[in-house]
Amino acid sequence: MKSIALFILLLWLLAVIAGRVLGLHGQAVDLSQVLASPSLVHWFGADDLGRDLLARILRGVEVSFVVSVVVTLVSMSIGVTVGLFAGFYGGKVDQVLMQVTDIFLAFPGILLAIAFAAVLGPGIVNLMFALCLTGWVSYARLTRAQTLSLRHRQHVLASASLGATPLRLMRYHILPLLLSILMVEATYSLASIMIAEASLSFLGLGIQAPNASWGAMLRDAVRYMLVAPHYVLLVGASLMSLILAINLGGDHLRDKLDIVSSVHEK
Amino acid sequence: MVRRFFQLFTVIFGVLVLTFLLIHLVPGDPVEVMLGESASLADRAALRAQLGLNQPLLSQFGHYVNQLAHGDLGQSIQTKMPIVDLFKTRYPASIQLALLAMVIGLLIGVPLGIYAALKAGQWQDLVVTLISVRLAAMPVFWLGPILMLVFAVWLGWLPVSGMGEPAAIMLPALTLGLGLSAILTRMTRTSLLEVLNEDFIRTARAKGLSERTVVMRHALRAALLPIVTIVGLQMGSLLAGTVITETIFSWDGVGRLLVDSIEKRDYPVTQACVLAVALSYVLINFATDMVYRFVDPRMRLARD
Repeated sequence: MKSIALFILLLWLLAVIAGRVLGLHGQAVDLSQVLASPSLVHWFGADDLGRDLLARILRGVEVSFVVSVVVTLVSMSIGVTVGLFAGFYGGKVDQVLMQVTDIFLAFPGILLAIAFAAVLGPGIVNLMFALCLTGWVSYARLTRAQTLSLRHRQHVLASASLGATPLRLMRYHILPLLLSILMVEATYSLASIMIAEASLSFLGLGIQAPNASWGAMLRDAVRYMLVAPHYVLLVGASLMSLILAINLGGDHLRDKLDIVSSVHEK
Repeated sequence: MVRRFFQLFTVIFGVLVLTFLLIHLVPGDPVEVMLGESASLADRAALRAQLGLNQPLLSQFGHYVNQLAHGDLGQSIQTKMPIVDLFKTRYPASIQLALLAMVIGLLIGVPLGIYAALKAGQWQDLVVTLISVRLAAMPVFWLGPILMLVFAVWLGWLPVSGMGEPAAIMLPALTLGLGLSAILTRMTRTSLLEVLNEDFIRTARAKGLSERTVVMRHALRAALLPIVTIVGLQMGSLLAGTVITETIFSWDGVGRLLVDSIEKRDYPVTQACVLAVALSYVLINFATDMVYRFVDPRMRLARD
């Protein structure tokens, strides 16, 4: 399973680099090729403006990947900080912070991200902002739960009695122990943020035309499904292969790091 | 118990604050964004007054809560209709969809989960697990179009989209239900396997009961408890998951209303939809929790 995941990821990486080297941008409109089926010239066919689908998909991967990496990093930093403070200090701080996460968790799925993106207006920066605003909560929960038990470990108590400040304890004695579980969580969240980004773009809230994005392509593809089924199938299959590969990578990482308390049980 | 109620109220209050603030997150002047630049000054002033945007924030919030308490969700800017009236047809449509999806999910998920648990470790179990893990990871905007292609376009069994025929609900419900069935399969399998290792199952077997009776009457009963929770929790997220599914299949529920309102910049409707879905979610989760406590006394002790 691991090799399949690695193979798919490598394939995507090579394809994206090849696309860059060949200067494919997927913006060239060719009205004689509107919704063309896959052929030797257009391997994946063409979209509703006759633009090469493969080139657009490759650009879509790039955007999607950058968005999910940035969102994962930002929301993880916020979430981990909140979780550490809540778990370490406990009491009132914990109560207030967890109350806030409860409120964010009251909005199911990507509803809150949809709402934020809707009022902020479309665009990639707003999209990332909306995803970060909702993404930090799960990290905060995870970190808090772990910190609660870690802060009573012997080595933490020992350095506390030697006069280490709370910040130092959190930074050097608790955070390192959280890294493996956070890494697994981050891998899965890469995949789920890709889906969320595609969902928002699908609803017209994300990346705007003429830039390629998987969600927007899927929306167009659904519209032309009756005449050009290859459009929706190829875009969807590409997205799924990447998400699958990332999730498999997450499974592998989880097994390797032997994490039992992860939320993603098999 | 009391704590749980207190928690419910604070969460609802937080949800109210957050949805109330949504409209204030609009960059620039929300009135101008909604009406466009060509709107006259008088129109703008009228809308601003109607939305209460010319008052201090705190009294705006008070007004908002007061309105909600009287069952008034405000008015749509585009259609001038009270949002409550829009909900009267939209909300039941979403519930209908979610309920059917849940039924489909249960009908597929629970039997498959039982089957996988009974064949644990064998190839049948592996196949079921593999499929359900992949199915659970499939976003609806991928599964939906595939189902549409297969069942509506190629086989021609079901209508493509819309709400014209009764059968039109099948495809969106299947889209949501299949993903759900994957989650339920995994839950049923794990839960049943756990129970099958318990002492009372060994006792039942030792009494010489048939394997069928042991599984169906003894194990399944105990194993169903966590499944009840999942059903409750998923019911809530189903309501949110319908946003994209409803858009794909042109199903006129709350989700589609939300998307439409975003496109038309009809923010009061957007606000009301978000609030409605979030509140349903919170209340369903709360109800699930309560039912669970009632059914399983251990829970009451464990969490309080």
